[in-house]
Amino acid sequence: MIEIQSLHKSFGPLEVLKGIDLTVNKGEVVTIIGGSGSGKSTLLTCINGLEPIASGKVIVDGIEVHAKSTNLNTLRQKIGIVFQQWNAFPHLTVLENVTLAPRKVLGLSKAEAEAIGEKQLSHVGLGAKLSTYPTMLSGGQQQRMAIARALAMSPDYMLFDEVTSALDPQLVGEVLETLKMLAEEGMTMICVTHEMAFARDVSHRVAYFHRGVMAEIGAPEQIFGDPQHEETRKFLASVR
Amino acid sequence: MFDYTFQWSQAMARLPQMLDGAATTMEVAILSMLIGIVLAIVLTVLRRSPVAPLRAIARTWVEIARNTPALFQIYMAHFGIASFGIHLSPFTSLLIGITFNNAGYLAENFRGALKAIPDTQIRAGRSLGMSEMQAFRHIVLPQMLRVAFLPMTNQMVWAVLMTSLGVTVGMNSDLYGVTQDLNALTFRTFELFAIAGVIFYLITKLITLGARLLAARLFRY
Ligand SMILES: Nc1ncnc2c1ncn2[C@@H]1O[C@H](COP(=O)(O)OP(=O)(O)OP(=O)(O)O)[C@@H](O)[C@H]1O
Ligand SMILES: [Mg+2]
Repeated sequence: MIEIQSLHKSFGPLEVLKGIDLTVNKGEVVTIIGGSGSGKSTLLTCINGLEPIASGKVIVDGIEVHAKSTNLNTLRQKIGIVFQQWNAFPHLTVLENVTLAPRKVLGLSKAEAEAIGEKQLSHVGLGAKLSTYPTMLSGGQQQRMAIARALAMSPDYMLFDEVTSALDPQLVGEVLETLKMLAEEGMTMICVTHEMAFARDVSHRVAYFHRGVMAEIGAPEQIFGDPQHEETRKFLASVR
Repeated sequence: MFDYTFQWSQAMARLPQMLDGAATTMEVAILSMLIGIVLAIVLTVLRRSPVAPLRAIARTWVEIARNTPALFQIYMAHFGIASFGIHLSPFTSLLIGITFNNAGYLAENFRGALKAIPDTQIRAGRSLGMSEMQAFRHIVLPQMLRVAFLPMTNQMVWAVLMTSLGVTVGMNSDLYGVTQDLNALTFRTFELFAIAGVIFYLITKLITLGARLLAARLFRY
């Protein structure tokens, strides 16, 4: 379970998150929508401790992420994250990209890590690309590789930050299919997305962020069918 | 006006000794590069350290290495530290001097190379649970060495050529030192130094060629 309690976060004088409260239960898929600069990405990087916070708490499975005593490297093994910009390691093959962390962080042997890597890469449809270098992959394939790389650590949670928004339109579908598959398998996920159809079809709850505040959260039918907040209505009208 | 008679055979007879010298030259150059690369990596890490005195030490090293003559650096490594009662062999002093120079130049190259690697690479590694050191070692370093590969090749060539400065600290077993001793013995100045020059040229050409082959093998992405 991920519990976020009155989370505040600033970059210098700019307050980017102004008191977020959100609990994500095991097996739940929560999507976050909202305008540019509303703090969606920042929230994800606060959840896995990539960013320090000003006040409030993020608690993952009972562990307070920003407590001094927390070992972030261990905690991050539970939380996979995939970013908008493809962060393939260009000097490693597709398989090596996926096996690096299991080997160096989990201490698995090469053979063990490769078995996991091959399984995860086949899972996302890249079983034939093991010894290819990432530069030879399309954007969609690179994004699926990044997903497999995160899954290879057997995380309990997956965070996705607009993983399709840097892709050519014809490549968006394959990546969304992969996310859908994960959701159906019961992965606990927080997805920041601009894909409204995906948010409607896949998520259990949809949160709307507006200027550092979670203005509204509810079932997709409610958010898309009967938004309560004026800003949510405006936003949805603008992206339709 | 021009009454020097070439006696190539007399000089050529000394070729085996000169090739022995070339082997020593290579030994110094290779060792100074290997140690220099390791030190340059350390300097690169120190220059990004949050601890100001560590940054200052690294910066000073790089500044001296790049802004003083290599001859001065080798001289200091021999006669300079001898003033403190530390007496090193010419070989050791030459090795230290060139290594110091290599590390300084390479650290500067590495710093430039790091700029080509986006921060998001480290972020991606960290979010997989890697420590800062692991992310540097497995993600940043290999990419940095690739970007800096050409400057590293150039530095290796420089290291070979810098060995010739060893004569100033009494080095006489390297190619230049051997040639100078043979010259004192035979006075075949032009021939001997011409041969030495050709050997230097061939060594550096070989290094460039070897580096190109190595790059093709190492960097398949
Ligand atoms: N590292 C940083 N330093 C300073 N300001 C930052 C930094 N990262 C984000 N910001 C600022 O914080 C605010 C929220 O950024 P964030 O990236 O979380 O928004 P977002 O909702 O993800 O937007 P988008 O939809 O454009 O990705 C923005 O005003 C942004 O400029
Ligand atoms: Mg964002």
